[in-house]
Amino acid sequence: MNERELRGLIADVKVGSLSRRAFVRRMVALGLTAPLAAQMLTHSGVAMAQSKSMYKPTKAGGGGTLKLLWWQGPTLLNPHFAVGTKDQDGSRVFYEPLAAWDDEGFLMPVLAAEIPSLENGGVSKDGLSVTWKLKQGVKWHDGAPFTADDCIFNWKYASDPASASYTIASYKDVEVEKVDDHTIKVLFPNPTPFWADAFVGARGCLIPKHVFEPYMGDKSRDAPANLVPVGTGPYLFEEFKPGDLVRGKINPNYHEANKPYFDAIEMKGGGDAVSAARAVLQTGEYDFAWNMQVEDAILKRLEEGGKGSIHITLGGSIEHIQLNNTDPWTEVDGERSSMKTKHPALTDMAVRQALNVLVDRQAVEDHIYGRTGKATANFLNNPLRFASKKTKFELNVDKAIKLLDDAGWKPGAGGVREKDGVKLKFVYQTSINQPRQKTQAIIKQACQKAGIEIEVKAVTASVYFSSDVGNPDTYTKFYTDIQMYTTTQPQPDPGVFMNQFTSDQVATLENKWQGRNITRWQNAEYDELFLAAGSELDPVKRAAMFVKMNELVIENVVVIPVVWRGGVAAVSSKLQAPLSGWDNNTFNIKDWYRDA
Amino acid sequence: MSQYLLRRILIALPSLLGISLILFTVLALAPGDPFGELAQNPAVPPEVAAALREKFGMDDPIWERYVKWLSQMLQGNWGFSFVSRVDVDVLIMQRLPTTLLVIGSSQILALIVALPVGVYAAIRPYSLFDQVATTLAFIGFSLPTFFTGLLLILVFSISLDWLPFVYQTNIDATGFAFYWEHVKQTIMPVTVLGLFQGGVLTRFVRSAVLDVVRLDYVTTARAKGLRERVVIVKHIVRNALIPVVTLIALQMPIVFGGAVITEQIFRVPGIGSLLIDAILANDTPVIMAVTFVIACLVILFNLIADLLYGWLDPRISYR
Repeated sequence: MNERELRGLIADVKVGSLSRRAFVRRMVALGLTAPLAAQMLTHSGVAMAQSKSMYKPTKAGGGGTLKLLWWQGPTLLNPHFAVGTKDQDGSRVFYEPLAAWDDEGFLMPVLAAEIPSLENGGVSKDGLSVTWKLKQGVKWHDGAPFTADDCIFNWKYASDPASASYTIASYKDVEVEKVDDHTIKVLFPNPTPFWADAFVGARGCLIPKHVFEPYMGDKSRDAPANLVPVGTGPYLFEEFKPGDLVRGKINPNYHEANKPYFDAIEMKGGGDAVSAARAVLQTGEYDFAWNMQVEDAILKRLEEGGKGSIHITLGGSIEHIQLNNTDPWTEVDGERSSMKTKHPALTDMAVRQALNVLVDRQAVEDHIYGRTGKATANFLNNPLRFASKKTKFELNVDKAIKLLDDAGWKPGAGGVREKDGVKLKFVYQTSINQPRQKTQAIIKQACQKAGIEIEVKAVTASVYFSSDVGNPDTYTKFYTDIQMYTTTQPQPDPGVFMNQFTSDQVATLENKWQGRNITRWQNAEYDELFLAAGSELDPVKRAAMFVKMNELVIENVVVIPVVWRGGVAAVSSKLQAPLSGWDNNTFNIKDWYRDA
Repeated sequence: MSQYLLRRILIALPSLLGISLILFTVLALAPGDPFGELAQNPAVPPEVAAALREKFGMDDPIWERYVKWLSQMLQGNWGFSFVSRVDVDVLIMQRLPTTLLVIGSSQILALIVALPVGVYAAIRPYSLFDQVATTLAFIGFSLPTFFTGLLLILVFSISLDWLPFVYQTNIDATGFAFYWEHVKQTIMPVTVLGLFQGGVLTRFVRSAVLDVVRLDYVTTARAKGLRERVVIVKHIVRNALIPVVTLIALQMPIVFGGAVITEQIFRVPGIGSLLIDAILANDTPVIMAVTFVIACLVILFNLIADLLYGWLDPRISYR
């Protein structure tokens, strides 16, 4: 799909012949994120959809206790130091950002009075600034008013390298100016197409200046409020035991009328995913459980209890296979998989294409992930029913055999194909995780039929995903031919996500393997597109570039996408809990209620 | 007596030191670091993890870190968790009472079951009661706690819906209801641990009593015309208890190990589940502190056992 076709679709939305929702789905199928699709619409003059709240209760309180089960409990409640979803979810009960991402990818104002746009003058035409109007009359839990000074403070707090906050990337390159008590202006050093990063979503949660100001930078760990949150959220803090329990009670002065519905909230941690699913789906002891990493067959059986069901929110997590472009078995200057080498077999396009048709994604979806993972051909997410025309997947052993035969890879001893003394023998590594080992087995079998020998290898997750420079088994070192894991989009904009294929991001000894390009694939066209997308202000043009980048990755078989994994939650049948694949589980906890 | 106590405590110090040294070295050499999750998140620049490593002193040589840790520990500073940034002693004090409650009750349960059953079985060896008790005891300590735990959950929580299987520290009730809820949620974890322990103890009590019951002084006691009850309680059990006390003390590490698993299954917020979380997150200060606390507890129980010998058998004196 090129720019003109995209514009055509947007015109359809404008005149109403294509629904906004359908448009967003088409874009997602092309490998774009929902927020980017939504941005294309608003930029093109389609009115910003104020996502309708489904909230029904007519008064605050009266709902009893909301009981949540996080099988890994929150361990810290300062949003600037919350890295995992568990910590972000926990602090989100008390802290709020200016705006949040709903499931359709639209921005929903929380502490902002309105969402900035070109029409209301919030977003500047040159892409160098965005002006946020803050909601008036919002009070922190201790009664102090929420003002522009708090926003300025958060920017200073997060961007101070001495505090080593996890949100630093969203704030370090911007400047924030106070216009008046309830207006701030975020200034960008370069034209920035994706402006909704600072102060938005999980990493945009705001902490009060008057509480945290004495604890900036080096002293950030000493702030008593790290354990006793004072936010603007719908629940007031009551108790926190790291890893075990977070408790809150209703905030009577909450800034939205008739909210929240529950009198108290309780987030229990610990245990394992299966028993957490049980507590919601089978016994009904709890209302909501997070991150059900359980086989779908088990979940289905538990759902028969009738007390609750599984909700799947599809964000940007993709289980994919990476093919090494460098030789992992030759050491050059103290480094294997060095950029100075070339993989003897995997740089042959025929071998890559053969591997691509040997991955039985449908079987992986049907037999392993079930509803919790959708087979996909795109590297950026893609639900099967909206599959892009251009990228397809199939299992076709005959095609693989033909591809290899044509390229001159002839069967040798033991049925393993070889060419010029190079055998098609690959080591395939991943982390220890039952679904992954099953996937390995499925792929190994298909490869065997085509004359490719696969040796599977599984590494403990805590080693595989560590940044330990001394360990040869980390995923960033990639000292094998093939590897597989899930990569997650950190934010709704594909910009940061797609940098993992740019040439300057190659992981090497020199950068201690901190580069994000792990396959070590380099392509000038891709680099150019990525660079251009970084400063392209027209979201439609920019979207077309991302579509093209995705296609380049797929056509060159840089990676083989397997399944698109959703966030899986167990929800009690009476609980109404709006979730989003682009924000935290608890991003909209103010709207949660129980049907009478 | 007090001299003996002092000597024992002094002997315990080098072993604690040794334990801490080994633990620290193993942890330092083990792969993985607490900031693995950061490295995986492209939205967090690598400098953040580097700055944190530097700040938390993780780039220093192992021996330097150990000396630092030890000197801080001796001054009563247990450090803070790399993950939650909370002081470790706070974390442990939040959780230790729960663990002691669960382990304590399970030990009491084990003793309540094992003592009478073991003694009765030994006094009437190879009777039907003995056979049944022996069989049950074997089942009790052959089944691992994670299995019995899940079994109990399936039966009493899922099928019968009598007991909750998620342990809660905050119970929203007062007076009688509060205690009742507490008892209800403690039943299953305590039973799992207690019966496992009880199985082993029953076997041990039985054989210890068997050894004693045939001795001449027991026959003498009976010949004196003492009532059977007095013979059993005062003459047989008291003497048979000495090896049993030893066993209980020696079993303490196993009990703590079992508690780690049981706590995880029932979501009991004790130091066991704290330890598991810390290990998964490579949170060195917490792992060190928890294992250290467990080591201290084990040494303490051994000391108590030694003191109990003297009470049970006045011939044993402490010098």
